[in-house]
Amino acid sequence: MATHFTIEGLKAEIEGKEILKGINLEMKGGEIHAIMGPNGTGKSTLASALMGHPKYEVTEGSVTLNGEDVLEMAVDERARAGLFLAMQYPSEITGVTNSDFMRSAINARREEGQEISLIRFIRQMETKMKELDMNPEFAHRYLNEGFSGGEKKRNEILQMMMIEPNIVVLDEIDSGLDIDALKIVANGVNAMRSEDRGFLIITHYQRLLNYVKPDFVHVMMQGRIVKSGGPELAERLEAEGYDWVKEELGIEDETVGQEA
Amino acid sequence: MTTQTILPVNAEGLSQLSKQRQEPTWLTENRLKALELAASLELPKLEKMRIERWDIQNYGSSKESGSISSLAEVPASIQELVKDQESGSLIIQRNSGVIYTKLASELAEQGVIFTDLNTAIKEHEELVKAHLHTAVTADEHSVAALHAALWNGGIFLYIPKNVAVSMPLQAVLLTDDEEATFAPHILIVADTNSSVTYVDNYVSGESTKAVTHNGAVEIFAKSGAKVRYATIHQMGTNVTDLSYRRAVIDNDASMEWIVGEMNSGDTMSDTYTILKGNGSTSDSKIIAVGSGSQKLNYTTRANHFGKSSESQMITRAVMREEATAIINGITKIEKGATKSDGQQTEKVLMLSPKARGDANPILLIDEDDVKAGHAASVGQVNQEQIYYLMSRGISREVAESLIIYGFLAPVVSQIPLEGLQKQLQAVIEGKLGQ
Repeated sequence: MATHFTIEGLKAEIEGKEILKGINLEMKGGEIHAIMGPNGTGKSTLASALMGHPKYEVTEGSVTLNGEDVLEMAVDERARAGLFLAMQYPSEITGVTNSDFMRSAINARREEGQEISLIRFIRQMETKMKELDMNPEFAHRYLNEGFSGGEKKRNEILQMMMIEPNIVVLDEIDSGLDIDALKIVANGVNAMRSEDRGFLIITHYQRLLNYVKPDFVHVMMQGRIVKSGGPELAERLEAEGYDWVKEELGIEDETVGQEA
Repeated sequence: MTTQTILPVNAEGLSQLSKQRQEPTWLTENRLKALELAASLELPKLEKMRIERWDIQNYGSSKESGSISSLAEVPASIQELVKDQESGSLIIQRNSGVIYTKLASELAEQGVIFTDLNTAIKEHEELVKAHLHTAVTADEHSVAALHAALWNGGIFLYIPKNVAVSMPLQAVLLTDDEEATFAPHILIVADTNSSVTYVDNYVSGESTKAVTHNGAVEIFAKSGAKVRYATIHQMGTNVTDLSYRRAVIDNDASMEWIVGEMNSGDTMSDTYTILKGNGSTSDSKIIAVGSGSQKLNYTTRANHFGKSSESQMITRAVMREEATAIINGITKIEKGATKSDGQQTEKVLMLSPKARGDANPILLIDEDDVKAGHAASVGQVNQEQIYYLMSRGISREVAESLIIYGFLAPVVSQIPLEGLQKQLQAVIEGKLGQ
């Protein structure tokens, strides 16, 4: 079945403060959507609300993946249904090795008795790590512990490649990456492009979009998508900044308050 | 408030018991003196817990246990622990007495002694007499006094000078009769430049009636000797465990404690190294899991007398349900112990809102030219971490167990014996109900 992801009228709040004020977005397999916008406009909140972060409460709207109600699902169920979020600030977990963690994630998708064999898992992980130019030692390191910002981002992409989700949300995956790392991450994303996989790239800058060409670009301000277009929109934002969008829409302060 | 210790036996009974066992006069007198002390001394003072309220009077009486000639006859409760140990060095104590003793012949040829303590007193009287109750002394408090009066079964391990034993020696200590006194005494003497690893398990049988385990471990590492002592306590809810473990180590000797506190009943344990010699080193790793309504009080101590002596103490505890743990670390550096280094870490992870944990790191330093450090933390499972793991499709249960094992792993993974590591892992799994 072709992947189909729909967000309708999504509103969400954190600690009683409404951050998302009605998001509408439709994505199909094979498409790459970019959500751009200045800081504090609700982009990361959207990512967290989609994944089901316990701090964010969805108050209105619906999210469906292939017709299934995502908001009804627990975080792990969303992931197993095909949703993946590459996080801006992944947790560090002492004592849990990267490879144990990833094997658990893969086995969570398999029936009992059908677990991935250790040797196959190791081969897969080693191959993907090579593609991302990661030191093989990172397989045995504790999850994200002592990883640099760039290493954490690569590790997020590695998880995406191992898990092979249907809908990938990349939350500021480009922040803190130098140009070489950015290219490697972009190559990872491009290698994963397929007809049954959709990407939602949340970014502050245009620079990642030079390497991963989006089909659609959306601008977010004040907790809403205020403008949508094709790749040319991203290019204009890169050249002229956001002020023209604000002027056009009569927006004075684009932020929604405390959301960073 | 003074709590009168109810003596489980009178002087006449104790004296008779000692005679039955054909113990030498000095030992009978020791026991009687200790019994008097038990009546007059106070209970030990535990940090932030009142041991007076614990169920610690269930000593029963001394009962003979029939010995067995082959491991095929061991009770079902310990079959798994002694599997494939036919040729290995192994002692089994059941209730009040040792029922099985085996020392590998190549070790016997090297002069290693590994036997129950009663036999040792008969065959190696001077060696035992010079050490018994000199590390954990009867006059400390009523629990130590009662132990000195009542101890039974027990293990004596002696490694001669310059003998390095590579295969671990094993003991299993089982209580499965609530009417029988269970008070084993472990005595290990490692002579100059010897090295040894000893591993034991404390286990209980199916009985659900209350039992008190009052145990003491005394270890003497002579100059340059290396002793590794690993113990897993996995007794049931009916057993209250009072364990004093103490090592006295000479110049350049090293002591390594590996302790798995996996009981289901209330537990007080005190694991203590006296770094008497210059250049001596001590390392303790304590891993604990508490559940139900357990009251747990774990103390690790290092007392530095020798110059350039080093101690390292790590305790990691996971508390479930309504378990309460008080975890103390005491590093004491005496005047004159220059260039010493004492480090300690205590960490508690609580899995439920009703679980309690308290870590008390204490440094007592009487010498300027030393290094010392401590770190302690008590916390709940981090919900951000759970969210992160779940966002990859891992269920909450699996996510929690990954984090729990992750919390213990940095210590468990350092255990140098693979078999023990696996065994501990299995006990932890059982204790966490997975």
